[in-house]
Amino acid sequence: MKPLALIFQAHGTNRDLDVAEALTLAGSDPVFAPLNELRAGKKSFSDYQMLIVPGGFSYADALGAGKLLALDLNSYFTDQISAFVEAGKPVIGICNGFQALVKSGILPGNDSQKSKGEGQATLTFNAEGHFECRWIDLQPISQKCIWTQGLNEIITCPIAHGEGNFQANHQLLITNLVSSDQIALTYTHPDGSPANGLYPANPNGSILDIAGICNPAGNVLGLMPHPENHIHPWQHPRHTRGESSGSGLALFENGVNYASKL
Amino acid sequence: MTITRFVVSFNRPDPRSAGYLADAHALGFGALEQIICQDLYFIEGQLSDEECGQLALNLLSDPVVQTTAWAVLPSDSSALPPAAAMVEVALRPGVTDPVAHEIIRAAHELGFDGIHRAATGLRFLLNWKTEKPDNSSASFPVERLAKQLLANNVIQHWKLGEITPSFPEEAASSGEVEILPVRDLTADQLLDLSKDRRAALDLAEMQAIQNYFRRVDRDPTDIEFEAIAQTWSEHCVHKTFKAKITLTPSPLPLGEGAGGEGQVVDSIIKTYLKSATDKIAAPWVISAFVDNAGIIDFDDEFEVSFKVETHNHPSAIEPFGGANTGVGGVIRDVLGVSAKPIAATDILCFGPQDLGSRGGVTPPLPDGVLHPRRIQSGVVAGVQDYGNKIGIPTVNGAILYDEGYTANPLVFCGCVGIAPKGKHRKNPQPGDHVIVLGGRTGRDGLRGATFSSMTMDAQTGEVSGASVQIGDPITEKGLIDVITRARDADLYNDITDCGAGGLSSAAGEMASVIGADIELQNVRLKYPGLAPWEIWLSEAQERMVLSVAPEKLPALQELCDTFNTELTDIGVFTGNGKLIVRYGGKPVLELENEFLHEGIPQRQLRAVISDQSPVTEKLTTDHRSLITVNDRLLALLSHPNIASKAATIRLYDHEVQGGTVIKPLTGIQADAPSDATVLKPIGTKGKKGIVLSNGINPEYGKRDAYKMAWAVIDEAIRNAVAVGADPERIAILDNFCWGDPKRPETMGTLVEAARGCHDGALLFGAPFISGKDSLNNEYLGADGLRHSIPPTLLISAIGIIDDVSTAITMDLKAPGNAIYLVGPLPITNYPIPSIPENAPALYRALHQAIKQGLVRSCHDLSEGGLAVSAAEMCIGGRLGLVLDESIRPETCFAETNGCLLAEINPAAETAFRTLFAHLPLTKIGHVTAEPVLKLAGEQIPVADLVKAFTGDIR
Repeated sequence: MKPLALIFQAHGTNRDLDVAEALTLAGSDPVFAPLNELRAGKKSFSDYQMLIVPGGFSYADALGAGKLLALDLNSYFTDQISAFVEAGKPVIGICNGFQALVKSGILPGNDSQKSKGEGQATLTFNAEGHFECRWIDLQPISQKCIWTQGLNEIITCPIAHGEGNFQANHQLLITNLVSSDQIALTYTHPDGSPANGLYPANPNGSILDIAGICNPAGNVLGLMPHPENHIHPWQHPRHTRGESSGSGLALFENGVNYASKL
Repeated sequence: MTITRFVVSFNRPDPRSAGYLADAHALGFGALEQIICQDLYFIEGQLSDEECGQLALNLLSDPVVQTTAWAVLPSDSSALPPAAAMVEVALRPGVTDPVAHEIIRAAHELGFDGIHRAATGLRFLLNWKTEKPDNSSASFPVERLAKQLLANNVIQHWKLGEITPSFPEEAASSGEVEILPVRDLTADQLLDLSKDRRAALDLAEMQAIQNYFRRVDRDPTDIEFEAIAQTWSEHCVHKTFKAKITLTPSPLPLGEGAGGEGQVVDSIIKTYLKSATDKIAAPWVISAFVDNAGIIDFDDEFEVSFKVETHNHPSAIEPFGGANTGVGGVIRDVLGVSAKPIAATDILCFGPQDLGSRGGVTPPLPDGVLHPRRIQSGVVAGVQDYGNKIGIPTVNGAILYDEGYTANPLVFCGCVGIAPKGKHRKNPQPGDHVIVLGGRTGRDGLRGATFSSMTMDAQTGEVSGASVQIGDPITEKGLIDVITRARDADLYNDITDCGAGGLSSAAGEMASVIGADIELQNVRLKYPGLAPWEIWLSEAQERMVLSVAPEKLPALQELCDTFNTELTDIGVFTGNGKLIVRYGGKPVLELENEFLHEGIPQRQLRAVISDQSPVTEKLTTDHRSLITVNDRLLALLSHPNIASKAATIRLYDHEVQGGTVIKPLTGIQADAPSDATVLKPIGTKGKKGIVLSNGINPEYGKRDAYKMAWAVIDEAIRNAVAVGADPERIAILDNFCWGDPKRPETMGTLVEAARGCHDGALLFGAPFISGKDSLNNEYLGADGLRHSIPPTLLISAIGIIDDVSTAITMDLKAPGNAIYLVGPLPITNYPIPSIPENAPALYRALHQAIKQGLVRSCHDLSEGGLAVSAAEMCIGGRLGLVLDESIRPETCFAETNGCLLAEINPAAETAFRTLFAHLPLTKIGHVTAEPVLKLAGEQIPVADLVKAFTGDIR
């Protein structure tokens, strides 16, 4: 039985079809769930084995990317999402989805640091000062994160965001993320060496080249880049040069495999 | 009611402030040392201090990187921050403010029910270097900076010091209809009326209106007059392109479609454009010229549509909003043929970015005209904002600079859509309801259709401020979600978009045969107080009109509820052929459809066909003083029209929807320019793809409009073929941007360009499927001089590639490969390249070679000729190229039609050459591992080429 993946559609989600295709290729059954249908109870989180919060521009990024979607998650779905996360089911937030997961406090999700209102971490404006679309290279790091564990190869995929600069309000938090293996993916040079904050390998100025983080349990992943846009060989920016490595599909297969064993 | 003012500032250096400072320096404000930009929010309602704190933390700021201060207005001015000057900017009342709307919605979601209204603004704290000890405002032109950079007077107001918020005015509802007595007016009075109401109608048209109302024995209401002016506007009815044009003196030989007489062209559209499509009669053209977008066959399951619009006038006065709604408008055109938008294209023409900073020779900026830098940054931001947010990849385009575009920038916005075959319906049924979907109606965009048909002057910005609209891409995304699903469920019988002319245009067109009865009081308004004619004519964005059977309404309503889209039922299609518009039940518009849609007298125009003067050297860089080939090549590569556009391209999401096979930037470092884009639309089976490219060359337009048309058709097709498009499956779109067609010389170049379109399309067998014209791109300066654009023809091409895995790019692939010139060797630099007679056969041969996998890379010769083309291929592959020593410097830089470079593996050379038997093909060099370009006895390291081409852009 293929795991059912709930693809959350907010007002302004736009990479929902892209990620649905990745999930299908990875062996799951994606189902689109508009926010209003979830609110009306026509669909329920608990009927699904995976939760996907895709990329887009929810509420046109008004008041900060992901901010108002985070408010929706907290206003309408706190209990259902908490239950989903605590059940250990795979959750992934990509780009705008990552921004919403961070701004709602679901990520980094370190209980000891959860406090009302005051965010622990954020995704703020790119250091270059503007939206940017370019292909980048990612090193999977976390072995705790069910989406990245066991991945050795660099993932090559595009970014397309203006607010992807990961920052935290205490150095302490960053140290915690490192020590608890919550840094899931980092930006690297094409040869795999760390970007060390250098643009454009690190495209947005994120601290420690962080491209994605997971929760302490490892089942919730958030990342700015779009592995769902590199799942076919012809999507590779240098496919006409015979290059084919770095598919993002492995990440989705990890999530689907994990879900199918639950 | 209490208003609280929130100021949100970064607690660390922020890139937005840095961006403003860089822009200020570029505009010549060198003494400015610091700009700190902060967000302002004004919230009306009773709030305790604790509640303000919660709002600040949970809604208005990002507490990790920002801090918020708040105070009840009027605030204590002694608490102002330390700065030499403070400028605050807020939107004018009535200008769309989506963030304010979200604040109210979200505050209610958080439980703050006492909040009624909100507004947003920006605060700028300025500090500058000064010799004067007091650092007073007098030592720095703060007001000039505010006008040139910080605020746009058309949509914003600004103040030195604290600004007060501007909430939309709460006017009383107005049902007022004015009667315009036209029956007894003299000719002069008729023209005055046209001018007073900015109707842009000429005397013959005004007299036709007068005659109609004499016949029906009454005077028109204001809404009737405005509806006629809109329906008959150049923008909506293309009267110049349908005019009867007398050519003087004796015309040049005309193509066979010229109407026989040789002296009169009866409709450019019929004579040249539609006739070319009819003669080509391609079986894969599904719809040409009749619908909102042209449609061609894709595969067994799908059809693809393409439309390119211009949004020039609005972009001149409010660049962000103008370009923003230009993109939104063309996306709706594609929705109007029931297709899902899958790609956007943008071709932009601006004045020189360094205008005014190059010393004496530059003409001064005309009065009332924004600086070209400001226009470019606003336009690009507008394109970026809409395309990225709605989730449509912006994948093809161009940016050109010419002094002729200083006052009249050109913004061409294109959109490609895909739809299952046979699902698009254009057949409203009697009894269907007239349904408006999407945004609400405001006073925005009034008279846009007529405004875009006029020459602008220094007052245009002020007077037409109401014409400016700001887009709301997320609302339009909702329309895409609803309409594509409604289409699949057969929920509507007809659909069209609300573009220029608003409901008058959309509902009016749909009712033009069947008739309709519409109640304007049912239209949902952004704010009360609109007169009936304003509701009918408003060009508020993000609206579509559908014809829906009553029994399908509940299902459509449910879809709309799911995707946060407003549905409004405003009337019925009657079947009696009459259009009746009511306000509060009382008819305010009752016009015979035949008069409204067919009553416009055909325009009679004169065209003078002159031998256009051969103009001087092409690019503004004076290469004659540059002696070496190296210097010439580097100067060309860094010329604004050729240099890398990566800094702009990367602002656009070109990857969303996951179908971008050949991307706008390519090569090892993704910094070389692709000839065309290849898309494989998500959800399609098989290997087929769509190829998008364009051709544009105003330099040629200045010299010979007929040959320009040939050149840009060839360029568009050549680019598409270079990546692998099948040359037998390419359709093209025309966009004419010209000056005032009432001047016979201007009309002459227009006729010549159209004739070139006809002849070029026939040679290539490439049918026109859609087109659009934007005329009167002229600016009457306060100096009394006319500033006109160069005749500009954009050809956009849409092609099909059978297997996307055979698509190729232009970057050199491997040392040792041979380089062939496909096409004749360019000899000298003619003022304008001649007609490429061989090109169709060459492109067919090249296509076979690409399809068989014989070609490793391919790049066309365009601006800068062979040398620039070779240099760009080197940049793409970071490899060297040795060109045959016999190729002389003049040949290296000569511009031609019908030529490309192709990289061939030695093992494939024989097969490749065989395909070109009897066609011009020359082996001119080979690829080297050493990254050096060797040509005409000189050599240039590829690193130098990269530096010249990319400038400081990484």
